[in-house]
Amino acid sequence: MLLPIKLRMYSIIRVIRRISGDDAYERYVQHYQQHHADDGSHAMLDRRAFYLAEQQRKWNGVKRCC
Amino acid sequence: MKKLIWALVALTGAFAVGGIAINHGEPINSLWIVVAAVCIYLLGYRLYSAWIAAKVLTVDETRMTPAEVNNNGRDFVPTNKWIVFGHHFAAIAGPGPLIGPTLAVQFGYMPGALWILVGAVVTGCVQDMMVLFMSMRRNGRSLGQMARDELGPVGGYAAMLGTLMIMIILIAVLALVIVNAMKHSPWATFTVAATLPIAVLIGLYLRNIRPGRVLEASLIGVSLLIAAVIGGGGLHQYPALAGVFDFNALPLAWCLIAYGLIAAVLPVWLLLAPRDYLSTFLKLGTIGLLMLAVVVVHPDLKMPALTPFIDGSGPVFAGKIFPFLFITIACGVISGFHALVASGTTPKLLTSEKDVRLVGYGSMVLESAVAVAALISAALLDPGVFFAINSPAGIVGALPDAAVAKISSWNFPVTVDQMHALAAQMGESTLFARTGGAPSLAVGMASILSSAFGKGFLAVWYHFAIMFEAVFILTTLDAGTRVGRFMVQDFLGHVWKPMHNTSWYPSILISSALIVAGWGYFLYIGVIDPNGGVNILWPLFGIANQMLAAIALCVVTGIVVKQGRLKYAWVTALPLAWLAIVTTSAAYEKIFSSQPRIGFIAAADALKEKLAAGLLPAAQAKVAPQLIFNQQLDAVLAGLLAILVWVIILDTLRVCWRAANGVVAPGSETPYIAKAVG
Repeated sequence: MLLPIKLRMYSIIRVIRRISGDDAYERYVQHYQQHHADDGSHAMLDRRAFYLAEQQRKWNGVKRCC
Repeated sequence: MKKLIWALVALTGAFAVGGIAINHGEPINSLWIVVAAVCIYLLGYRLYSAWIAAKVLTVDETRMTPAEVNNNGRDFVPTNKWIVFGHHFAAIAGPGPLIGPTLAVQFGYMPGALWILVGAVVTGCVQDMMVLFMSMRRNGRSLGQMARDELGPVGGYAAMLGTLMIMIILIAVLALVIVNAMKHSPWATFTVAATLPIAVLIGLYLRNIRPGRVLEASLIGVSLLIAAVIGGGGLHQYPALAGVFDFNALPLAWCLIAYGLIAAVLPVWLLLAPRDYLSTFLKLGTIGLLMLAVVVVHPDLKMPALTPFIDGSGPVFAGKIFPFLFITIACGVISGFHALVASGTTPKLLTSEKDVRLVGYGSMVLESAVAVAALISAALLDPGVFFAINSPAGIVGALPDAAVAKISSWNFPVTVDQMHALAAQMGESTLFARTGGAPSLAVGMASILSSAFGKGFLAVWYHFAIMFEAVFILTTLDAGTRVGRFMVQDFLGHVWKPMHNTSWYPSILISSALIVAGWGYFLYIGVIDPNGGVNILWPLFGIANQMLAAIALCVVTGIVVKQGRLKYAWVTALPLAWLAIVTTSAAYEKIFSSQPRIGFIAAADALKEKLAAGLLPAAQAKVAPQLIFNQQLDAVLAGLLAILVWVIILDTLRVCWRAANGVVAPGSETPYIAKAVG
């Protein structure tokens, strides 16, 4: 009985991390390794550089409403 | 069986709506409204939105979405529909659906409730879903770009100008709302001020200490914010310290203007982004808590179904129920601003075309439910108390005795003792004339939340509610100034090339200053106007927002007709027609009405006469010329908004007429790419 609850907790945490953007960097790294690791077009950003670039990108349009 | 269940839902809904509409004498329980809301939302979502998706939009599950075609791991990312729903809802839900319904309660709870419930499912939800869909089919283009592509340059420029105007008026009115909540309230001012260093701290944490750890940073930040709310309550024990945070409205307005300018030129990671994380947390948490509390507590509504103020003489804002109800409650029913959010970020995240129903229609249903919760929180107050909080001094008098006498004479009894006791409970020195909706909403929220989650913390809940509203008002203020700045830079770039460079410091400074000066002006006038700027600014904001919605509906209708589905055009054309009628008649009345409280020109003339006759006290005579100029400016502005609506409607009709005669300019839809099977 314990296991399903534990699993459920993990999936809740996963959803919360996803929705808050907490796992954005992990997802970026995964994407990079899948698509760009071999083509050598650009280096992978580190955590800090990625975070700053994302903030800049996100706040360039209408993101919040009345 | 399925049909039977839906028939039952329809019947229950009809019964509940009937109950709301017929009930007049005794107080009604808020459960009636909740039941009606649930039934109407279910019907709208399961039946109407499904029909629109299938017939009008012809949603195609086999088609690749932009997120899949352009997946770059950053803005184009195929995302689970519930996650997109959460993001989109967090983006569209702001202070609007809380404030509008609160103000509209002056007509009684019934008009607002019916308009929110019925209006949302047939207008706002449809707009949001369809704009989202159209933008998704066009690689996530913005509303302005779609207007240019599908209607032509005239539509494009109208959309851009409209966006800029609404941004300026929106920021001004929201800033006025928090100024009214903070004036002579050390606790509220301290709490709101504390949000700034807390946000900066979180910004530094997210950049330097633990980069990108959004979740833990937000938890730390929210704990600090709650500590600030509670700590602010101890302020009155130290009168010297409390005095530091005790301001008149005007200095507060200047502080906000200075703040707006500084915030606009700071890098986003330092203040805007971290505060947005905090505000999103608070927003989702508090909205969830409030809706839960409304259902659990289900209070009786003390406000009557209809008040005498439907005749236009209301103290909160002037004007008859038609058209002013329909522009006062904009967000929560239909908000053009949503069209800006629905075109851009969100469409780049959808994994399947069919998700537009949940994300577009569903988010707006939830936003409408927020508006219902706000309406219930305001309508549960004693009407006398509601009007004492929301009536400006210029209408009921600046002294408590005069105000209660005036309000009681409308048959809404209230006493000075009652107001003092309430203010003491909320930890405030006074609640008279705290216009703008936020404070009365906070009183309602405090009483409902404290009876659901712990009695005796009224004052803390009240200031928590004020802080919660202030945090996302400030976020809207910063983000709006920023968006406005980009538009000005883009525009000035045509005149002088270097201005186009969005990271060139002089360009940032000049264009930000222009935007801040724009809303700062309206905020300043709103504060010095003894009749309360809310009466001027909220209707202007409503007209602007509904005008933007009309532009969005024009774009969508134009596309539907161009694609040869003229017979379904009514789905957006009818809401469009309604908005055109509402905004035009509201703008007409605001300009030409002979009553000074409604008509801008009449107000300017009345003030001129009083000034010439020497009837004004010295303090008012000094600012009268500014107020006169402002009323004239507002008349021009309202006229401009109405003209914009009609320019774009005529442009759309032209496009539709040509399409009906077989002249179809090419659309901008991206070509079909089939999803990989399996």
